[in-house]
Amino acid sequence: MSDTQTFIVVGAGHAGGRAVEAMRMAGFEGRIVLIGDEPHLPYERPPLSKELLQGKPDAHTPVRDRAFYDDRGIECRLGRRAVAIRPDDKTVELDDGEIVVYDKLLLTTGGRVRRIDAPGADLANLFYLRTLDDSQAIDERLRDGAHVVVVGGGFIGLEVAASARSRGCAVTVLEIADRLLGRAVLPEISDAFLALHRENGVDVRLGVGISRFEGNGRIARAVTTDGNDLPADLAVVGVGILPETDLAEKAGVACDNGIVVDQYCRTSIADIFAAGDATNHFNPIHERRIRQEAWQNAQNQGVAAARIMCGDETRYAETPWMWSDQFDANLQVAGMPESWDTAVWRGDPAARDAIAFLIAGGALVGAMSLNRPSDMRMARRLIDPAKPADIAALGDDEVPLRDLVRAKS
Amino acid sequence: MTDDTWHSVANESDVAPDEPIKVQVGDEEIALYNVNGAIYATSNICTHAFASMVDGYQEGEEIECPLHDGRFNVKTGAPLCPPVSEPLRTFEVKIERGKVLVKA
Repeated sequence: MSDTQTFIVVGAGHAGGRAVEAMRMAGFEGRIVLIGDEPHLPYERPPLSKELLQGKPDAHTPVRDRAFYDDRGIECRLGRRAVAIRPDDKTVELDDGEIVVYDKLLLTTGGRVRRIDAPGADLANLFYLRTLDDSQAIDERLRDGAHVVVVGGGFIGLEVAASARSRGCAVTVLEIADRLLGRAVLPEISDAFLALHRENGVDVRLGVGISRFEGNGRIARAVTTDGNDLPADLAVVGVGILPETDLAEKAGVACDNGIVVDQYCRTSIADIFAAGDATNHFNPIHERRIRQEAWQNAQNQGVAAARIMCGDETRYAETPWMWSDQFDANLQVAGMPESWDTAVWRGDPAARDAIAFLIAGGALVGAMSLNRPSDMRMARRLIDPAKPADIAALGDDEVPLRDLVRAKS
Repeated sequence: MTDDTWHSVANESDVAPDEPIKVQVGDEEIALYNVNGAIYATSNICTHAFASMVDGYQEGEEIECPLHDGRFNVKTGAPLCPPVSEPLRTFEVKIERGKVLVKA
């Protein structure tokens, strides 16, 4: 490989960190410039809403330590923002005026939080959670007895609620829909998480949103859409993530609910690639376009894009997978569980010991597990939208899933 | 701390192919694997995040971490894919009269 090329990676999150690592592991010896607006080296985000809010700061997980980047000559421009990409002269301009010329460019710009515009949403002590700094700011305020109002009963909101309870906070969760975790999970699993949170002392209010926040400079009260006043020392809003596409769009890169890429992480413009939360990509296993906000996709699409930039011709094809930990419950979701016609269960979701296999047209297209991580490891290997599944065996808790995996391979 | 001597930790017949088991030597958690009839031993704790390797998925020489899909070679401890980059510690194993002995 040519030593004279320059690869720029814009976005120093999890995907960007794995990408620059993979470039060096693939033997690329040219210049690598990693640009990110956070002041931190790339890190994994799952602990931000879990361990890091539970008084376990050691759980912070950088992708690599500083020496790794230094030893391999990876130039990190941290706390710096890329302000423009000019595909015609293949340059990236930074916020301090520096201009870097690239041969190939990777966009790992990730996501940004969806904000709410309720009156009082600009008061101090209202937080969103996306970055390490966000997590640390919330962590400092999770004192024993503090009143925490969580807006949004999705994964982030519920993980924050569980972490805050573990710190002795009084926690209320407002979810405007009629169940938790929205359409991401089966209703039985929504019910199980509602019971879990209520058993652990979280005041969960379904069908209720935020009307306004009140306070003198900082939040003191939250007023709900059903007219209740809640005392609040802080509020955490978790109502979704939007793909960070501004830079790409201004450069003329095609975007549609994310930066549009093909199976090879290629955007609409030559020599510009994209990976991670920011992308709307084609998943060849499920034969559809998807956008994910997930650890697995950040890592593996970042690695795939890097290898492809280095000349590998392997397409990116993964069965989607994500997890959430709340109190003592581990939830995992794999495949594309939005479109299915039958759910086949093992175990009992109400007892928080279950796995559901999602069947579409006779094939296994997805699975959801509650405190059955070992079963989920097998289920992920069994998901295959292109083959008929043994539905009777999937539903029979006496049949070891490993036997089905062996039969498949 | 362990003292780097031989410890009898299990019966050889306790360790089935692709079904690793956990044993304890002092404060060291060790995972035992059966690869085609031969027994290997590594640290049971993933080098990436706190996870028990015996809860993972073994396929021949490879063990996949149950938390984040990192894979290691159980014979050498070598990391095979992201997110793992540090090797698992390995331990010498010998079999005497059906007992698994581990040097730890």
